[in-house]
Amino acid sequence: MTHAARAAAERAARASYGRLVAVLARQSGDIAAAEDALSAALSKALEVWPRDGVPERPEAWLTTAAKRLVQNTWRHAGVRGAAEPDLVRMAQGSGETDTTHDPRLDLMFVCAHPAIVQEVRTPLMLQTVLGLTADRIAAAYVLPKAAMAQRLVRAKSKIRQARIPFRKPEPEELPERLPPVLDAIYAAFGQSWEDADTSIAQEALFLAELIVTLLPEEPEAQGLFALMCYVEARRPARRTAEGAYVPLDDQNPRDWDRSLLLRAEGVLHRAARAARPGRYQTEAAIQSLHSQRAFGRASDPQMLVTAHRALLAQHPSLGAAVSCAGALLSAGHVSEAKAQLAAIDDDLAAQYQPYWAVLAEVQLTLGEPISAAAQAIRLAQDPAVQAHLATRFGLTTP
Amino acid sequence: MAQQYILLFADEREESEYPDEEMQAWGAYFEAMGAAGILRGGEQLFPSFNATTVRIRDGVRQVQDGPFADTREKLGGFGIIEVEDLDTALDWAAKCPCALDGSVEVRPIVVMEDPSA
Repeated sequence: MTHAARAAAERAARASYGRLVAVLARQSGDIAAAEDALSAALSKALEVWPRDGVPERPEAWLTTAAKRLVQNTWRHAGVRGAAEPDLVRMAQGSGETDTTHDPRLDLMFVCAHPAIVQEVRTPLMLQTVLGLTADRIAAAYVLPKAAMAQRLVRAKSKIRQARIPFRKPEPEELPERLPPVLDAIYAAFGQSWEDADTSIAQEALFLAELIVTLLPEEPEAQGLFALMCYVEARRPARRTAEGAYVPLDDQNPRDWDRSLLLRAEGVLHRAARAARPGRYQTEAAIQSLHSQRAFGRASDPQMLVTAHRALLAQHPSLGAAVSCAGALLSAGHVSEAKAQLAAIDDDLAAQYQPYWAVLAEVQLTLGEPISAAAQAIRLAQDPAVQAHLATRFGLTTP
Repeated sequence: MAQQYILLFADEREESEYPDEEMQAWGAYFEAMGAAGILRGGEQLFPSFNATTVRIRDGVRQVQDGPFADTREKLGGFGIIEVEDLDTALDWAAKCPCALDGSVEVRPIVVMEDPSA
C-alpha cells in the first residue's frame, strides 16, 4: 500500500508538475514560492496517502494542499494591507483543472519573455514546466550548480518583482512572442544530445509536442516538432555498435525510427496547409528531404539546395550559410559552395567547426591541399567525429 | 493592486530647450498618461553635463563632474506610472517620443510599507 501510494504521488507530481506550478504562481507571480509549496505538498502526500489512501483526484489534492501552504507563507511574511485581496483571490481560485486553458502555456511565454535574459530561458522552462532539478540542468549545460541555481533564482525574482504577467499573448503579439518560446525549446534539444546521461532531448521533444497541442493554429510550432522528430528518428544510426561516427549519407535507413519519421511527415504536412512558411518549417523540410530514403526514395540534392537557399533567405545565420554551402557541394556546385564559404566573415567562422568541415570537403573535391581539415578536427568535440574526419582527410587525430 | 514603474528617458540632448514639435510630443505623451489615470510623477532633467556625482571612498568625499554613468544615451527625464504589469508598462514606454531615437528603461519601484497605515 505504501509503495502504491508513493508511486501514485510521484506519478501525479510528474504528470502535473508544470500545470501545478503555473496555477500556483500565476496570481502572485511568485514561481519560487509555488515550487516550494508544491514540494512541501508532495512531502505531505507521501506522509498522508499511505495512511489514508490515494485520493480520487491526486492532482486536485496536491493543488489544494499547495495553495494552503502558499497562503500561510504570505501570512507569515507579514504581507498586509494591499496584499490581502490577492490572498482572497487565491483562496477563491478557479478550478484546479481548468480544461479550457492549460496554464503551462502562460508559463512558457513567461519563461521566454523578452525581459528574461536569453541564456536562462531554456533552463527556466525545463525547471518550471517539467520539474527538472537545477542540478540536472546544470549538468546538461556544463555549468557549476551554484551558477545555474543563481541564474534561475534571479530570473524568478525578476518575474515576480517586475511583474511579468502570466497570460497568453494576443494574436497580434504572437509573431514577436512565439519565436523565443520555440527557440528556447529547440535550444534544449541541442543540449548534450549525444551524451545519454545528461541528454535532455526527450524533455525538449515533450515541450515541443506540448506547444503544438496548446497552439494548434501555429505552423511554426508544428515545424519545430517535426524537425525534432526527424532528427531524433535518425539518432540510432549515428553511431556503429563500436561507437564510430556514421555520416548521414552512410546511414542505413533501417536503423531510423520509421514511425517517428511518419509522425514528423504528418505534422509537417499539416503545418504546410496553413501556408505560413517559416524557419522551423523550412528546417523540417530539409530534414524531411534527408529522410526520404526511409520510404525507398533517393535523396534529391537539387531540392536540398533550394530548401537551404530558402532557409538562408528566411533566417540568415552562420549555420544556414555553412549548411547551404554543404548542400551546394553535394549537388555538384563546387565553385558556388566555395564562394558561399568565402563570403562568410573570418571572425565568425574561426571557431565554427562545420565551416571547416565543409571547407575541407570543398578542398578535397577540388584536389586542393586540405588545409581546413586540421581545424575541423581540432574544433570537433566528439572523439568519434575527430576519428572519422582524420580518416577521411588522411590525417592523424590530435 | 497595481505596480509602480519608473520610466527613465534616455536620449542624446545637448540643450534643455526642446524644439516646439518635440515639446508638443512630450506634452501629449504625459497628457495621455494623465488621462489614463496612471501617472504618478515625472520630470524633465537638465542635460547630463549639468550633473555632478558624489561618492565617499575610504572616508574621503569625491565630487566629480558629470553623471555617474557616462553612456552614449543620456538621461533626459523620468516618469512614474502605476499599471497592472510589465507588459502594460512596456506598452506605455513604447509610446514615448524618445523611444524612436533614444531608449526608455522600465524598472519596478520598491514600495515601502506606509508606517502610518
